[in-house]
Amino acid sequence: MCASAKYNTRGPALIPRMKTKHRIYYITLFSIVLLGLIATGMFQFWPHSIESSSDWTVEKRSVHDVPVVKLPADSPIPERGDLSCRMHTCFDVYRCGFNPKNKIKVYIYTLKKYVDEYGMLVSNTISREYNELLTAISDSDFYTDDVNRACLFVPSIDVLNQNTVRIKETAQALAQLSRWDRGTNHLLFNMLPGGPPDYNTALDVPRDRALLAGGGFSTWTYRQGYDVSIPVYSPLSAEVELPERGPGPRRYFILSSQMALHPEYRSDLEALQAENGESVLILDKCTNLSEGVPSVRKRCHKHQVFDYPQVLQEATFCIVLRGARLGQAVLSDVLQAGCVPIVIADSYILPFSEVLDWKRSSVVIPEEKMPEMYSILQSIPQRQIEEMQRQARWFWEAYFRSMKSIALATLQIINDRIYPYAAMSYEEWNDPPAVKWSSVSNPLFLPLIPPQSQGFTAIVLTYDRVESLFRVITEVSKVPSLSKLLVVWNNQNKNPPEDSLWPKIRVPLKVVKTTENKLSNRFFPYDEIETEAVLAIDDDIIMLTSDELQFGYEVWREFPDRLVGYPGRLHLWDHEMNKWKYESEWTNEVSMVLTGAAFYHKYFNYLYTYKMPGDIKNWVDAHMNCEDIAMNFLVANVTGKAVIKVTPRKKFKCPECTAIDGLSLDQTHMVERSECINKFASVFGTMPLKVVEHRADPVLYKDDFPEKLKSFPNIGSL
Amino acid sequence: MQTRKKYIFITFFASWLLLFFFGGDQIRRLAFLSRKKAAVLKNWPRWTDRSFLKSFADPEELQSDGGLHKQSAKARRASRMNIYKHSRCRMETCFDFSRCEKHGFKVFVYPVEREDPVSESYLKIITSIEESRYYTSNPEEACLFILNIDTLDRDHLSIQYVHDINDKIQGFPLWNYGRNHLVFNLYSGTWPNYTEDLGFDIGQAILAKASFYVENFRPGFDISIPLFSKEHPQKGGERGWLYQNSVPPKKKYMLAFKGKRYLTGIGSDTRNATRSCSWTDGRGKQESSPGWETGPGVGTRLNGWGLMRALVCCFSSIQAACIPVLLSNGWELPFSDAIDWSKSAIVGDERLLLQVTQRPGACQSPILAFQQQTQFLWEAYFSSVEKIVQTTLEIIKDRIFHRESRPKFLWNTLPGGLLALPEYSTHLGDFPFYHLQHGSSPSGKFTAFIRAVSPVVSLSQPILKLIQAVSRSQHCAQILVLWSCEKPPPPRGRWPQTAVPLTVIHGRRKVSDRFFPYSAIGTDAVLSLDEHTSLSTSEVRRGGRGGGRWDAATQIRTPHGRAGCQGGFTSCPRISHWDNGGDPTGHCFYFPLGPGLMPPPLQRITAVATRLPKGVHCSGWDRSESWGVPGSPSPAVSSGNPRFSQRQDCLNQFAAWFGYMPLVHSQLRLDPVLFKDQVSVLRKKYRHLEKP
Repeated sequence: MCASAKYNTRGPALIPRMKTKHRIYYITLFSIVLLGLIATGMFQFWPHSIESSSDWTVEKRSVHDVPVVKLPADSPIPERGDLSCRMHTCFDVYRCGFNPKNKIKVYIYTLKKYVDEYGMLVSNTISREYNELLTAISDSDFYTDDVNRACLFVPSIDVLNQNTVRIKETAQALAQLSRWDRGTNHLLFNMLPGGPPDYNTALDVPRDRALLAGGGFSTWTYRQGYDVSIPVYSPLSAEVELPERGPGPRRYFILSSQMALHPEYRSDLEALQAENGESVLILDKCTNLSEGVPSVRKRCHKHQVFDYPQVLQEATFCIVLRGARLGQAVLSDVLQAGCVPIVIADSYILPFSEVLDWKRSSVVIPEEKMPEMYSILQSIPQRQIEEMQRQARWFWEAYFRSMKSIALATLQIINDRIYPYAAMSYEEWNDPPAVKWSSVSNPLFLPLIPPQSQGFTAIVLTYDRVESLFRVITEVSKVPSLSKLLVVWNNQNKNPPEDSLWPKIRVPLKVVKTTENKLSNRFFPYDEIETEAVLAIDDDIIMLTSDELQFGYEVWREFPDRLVGYPGRLHLWDHEMNKWKYESEWTNEVSMVLTGAAFYHKYFNYLYTYKMPGDIKNWVDAHMNCEDIAMNFLVANVTGKAVIKVTPRKKFKCPECTAIDGLSLDQTHMVERSECINKFASVFGTMPLKVVEHRADPVLYKDDFPEKLKSFPNIGSL
Repeated sequence: MQTRKKYIFITFFASWLLLFFFGGDQIRRLAFLSRKKAAVLKNWPRWTDRSFLKSFADPEELQSDGGLHKQSAKARRASRMNIYKHSRCRMETCFDFSRCEKHGFKVFVYPVEREDPVSESYLKIITSIEESRYYTSNPEEACLFILNIDTLDRDHLSIQYVHDINDKIQGFPLWNYGRNHLVFNLYSGTWPNYTEDLGFDIGQAILAKASFYVENFRPGFDISIPLFSKEHPQKGGERGWLYQNSVPPKKKYMLAFKGKRYLTGIGSDTRNATRSCSWTDGRGKQESSPGWETGPGVGTRLNGWGLMRALVCCFSSIQAACIPVLLSNGWELPFSDAIDWSKSAIVGDERLLLQVTQRPGACQSPILAFQQQTQFLWEAYFSSVEKIVQTTLEIIKDRIFHRESRPKFLWNTLPGGLLALPEYSTHLGDFPFYHLQHGSSPSGKFTAFIRAVSPVVSLSQPILKLIQAVSRSQHCAQILVLWSCEKPPPPRGRWPQTAVPLTVIHGRRKVSDRFFPYSAIGTDAVLSLDEHTSLSTSEVRRGGRGGGRWDAATQIRTPHGRAGCQGGFTSCPRISHWDNGGDPTGHCFYFPLGPGLMPPPLQRITAVATRLPKGVHCSGWDRSESWGVPGSPSPAVSSGNPRFSQRQDCLNQFAAWFGYMPLVHSQLRLDPVLFKDQVSVLRKKYRHLEKP
């Protein structure tokens, strides 16, 4: 294409110099080439739109028109499922390979109708639920239409219900899939396994190495880390809208809603009811319903008729008892109603048990213990019940609600195994959104006390107050635990003084020149910081004594995840203005400390620079104010903990600058700071600051005790 | 000229043809694929008749589950017992739960006989069990049995190999096909293939084995334990090697490889021969073992040689706060029932080794969290034989008492499953540790708990004053009086009138009664008081507020003004019962630990549980108490004081029992914000605290 374009531009320049007969010849040639090019373009790019439009017609097709495949009677049958299969033995990870998005690619075979030699259907072509499931996969990020790039293959042969398929022929149909290869990397979905009389707990269709997402696994058939246990979908959940019910007492303590229970179980339950009366309700199928009322939506106790599944919301605990199969669709209904399921099915692998913590949302009772159920359940405190109800509802909303959520959760579990470094965490799987929102995961959660020998790095932010800076350096260098001093030179117009002019101190002193005069330079995680503890200190803070600083460091060591500072400040809610207010009066509470001199962990520098929410960082740089408030917000937000104010000090007052400390200046200052708080609170979406009523003093502070025996005698100036 | 032009044209034409035949496809892909992809992607068709499709199961069938089934539940259970034995054992089929019903979870150890020498490691295991609170010497009440035969080393080339175990165990009347037995094993099989053969039939016994191969692992029944050397301490154990959270976690190598092989295969010492080489993305380097602790950033364990997996390595990498990248296919991770390894290790497929390098370095925070989590796991479950054994027992207990078992969250969050006792509660909010992660907050009220030892004779007695003072606090929810006196308590009318309910509990005359988890305690916070304590309401309020607001997992003390035995030691109730130095506001949770974990006093357990400064100083005189509210007089304690030396003995005794000194020094105390500041008293909220 490039070549032809070049030719076109050069062409006309050549033409006038040519002879006429040649001219015609050339023009003809030109047009041929041009036409050819256009044709190329058409040929190269048209067919795909043609293809997609033909797709469009395919989409209009009905399920009945799918191609028919005849299976010869002697076509191969896969081996039975291999119980020893694990991801590392039966799964070909190389197909998945490296993937920047860390998503497995899933291919779905096209739908076909399989018939045996006599033209008899092997199974229902596809059920509504399986179609929904495949649609969900196809719409998800996991989907690919390229069979060569796929990592996981999902056959379109519907085996959700084993009773609707012919086992041998279905197996033959599986074996002739184009990429079957002993079932490697194939995923089958099955919800109702086994058939009469013995009801196996896993799909009976021979499937060789294929993964099985099955509802109703027992511990003997479930291949841990390979299969995925899924729920039995309840179509009722799509039909009935049950709003979430808030906490509070419910009418029945225990409810059993299942029909066709084994008489032995039923007599156990009836005995339970006889013992405990009204609080236990055992429902059964209605025998005398009028015509036209669907029996699946009604339950009866003697002559009383109840709406199902609405009645489940009236109970605290709902029984999910095994039937012929271990997995029961009623589990889904129960969770939807926010009722805590009592699972009585020995050896049953609960749905998605690989990732879901069922102990927080259900009670599992061994079949033998059924008669003691009531007393077992009564020992659960009300607070816990409420939490379990909330958790149950959340499980339903996230993983049971539709075929889509079931399909996606299954694929996510397999995805997590293949890309473990991008896996979803326990919290992401299990915590309901409300908890996720309010919980705090402290990045420094391990209660370590850093060794004292490590010391701290002091960072002095300075612009041009050299004299005061030198005094600060001299003062700070007297603190025993100081291990390094870092001066951040924020003045681009002026170079820092020569090396010889700096005060001589016992620790290394390093000057970092910045490229821009920004307040956030103070919180940059410089490579020069080698200690965990950082002391941020302004270049005019000369009033802090060595004892005060050293004590501050000792306090920080005991609370390395907090901001430890000297003067405290408070945020208050202004009821008249309906917004936050900054307070620097001498109050009984503190919620912030000034970072004019404060100890904190170096990690917060990293967070401030790279992880500060919203535009706070730029806002601070633009306004040249409130960087300390931003830091207070940040630390309180990630740790969920309050600041620590040490020593009685109330303000940093430099002796020389009392004159400009005018009242009017103070007022505008307060207004600005209040504005900062309101701005930050809106960016964080909440008010993370915590209020406390205490400060840290040395143990013997102001005690009647000889001063010279105290570790930190020189503390106490305000 | 013309021929040249002709050639030019022909060249153009040819190149165009070439482009057409070969290049077109590529160009199309490059330029148009991304734009056209959405249209090109062939999705699952939207069938026109999809809403008419049949459901996978008839709703009626779904709800009644295939109609009535004939097999009775009892018959099914009985037949199940017969089918699923030995290699297919599960708790339901191979464990007799009824043995545990009457006496709870009790463990019996077959008495060790002199003629059967037991290896050092096995002796440590047995000692740990005998010292645990589950131990019983009566086989009648036992729920779980431990053999006295050393089964740790089942390499028949080893000198510690015990022969003829089969005959021995058949002779045990309690053996009963191994039902309710727990068998420990560290090494099995021998060179060259290290099969998992134990050399005897364990029958229906639970196998707690190191380096378990998934294939032989009976899920929910067996337990995979970490491999430990014979030098592994009995209790206490070394702290982890992560002392600081360096950010960004800088280590020399991004990825280090640590594999293990058995060089000669005989004896357990040579088994420790580990091989490690650092490995940096294709540029292989060899490094000797000792550099392991400091060098690698990520410890990759890869098993190149034998079937046995490198477990000691797992240990060292955990202790060195590296991130183990577990690439051992087919290996059941230690305590996989309880521990969520994905929080502290990248558990990957050996075949995807190269992908692992994609992970670290990209973002710092997960590595920081991994390091801390690894350290926590080491200290909570692995650092001593006692912890390993205890974890094993607790996992089994959780299976037996399913209702009172720990959710996975408790196992994987500080302070860990061994300290979060499900007997106390299985509700996260009842523990002081999880409020932050769970987004909840402790209740703002406290229960005042007063232990009374002397009868009430006059109205001016300190206990009555104390009750009044405490009840005036707005944060006090209830007052409990533990009556530990021989004389009966005064009738209701003699107690002072209080705004909050006052309950009298009758206790035995034991000091540790104070820390019994009384069900009457309805709040999270507990203010524990002695009857002689004199407190002002202001002091109580401070403590109460602090307790609620501060950090529920730490103890707040309000030392009162008694001269003498202040010394800085807290309650050491076993020996000195007349006047405890302080009155800790403990969280309700620490109470069950008291009687649960044998005799240690509360303060210590708290220290273990939270590892936060509790501020008790050993040398006893230069610093007083942390968390103290001011007003405590100078702690003038002479070391000649007999009570002082008693307490010193206490300390040493407890430190020995724990295996290490769990107490933490502190240099600070918490005062009200305006404490002793030169401002108007009217400004101060807790003005009475400043009176000496």
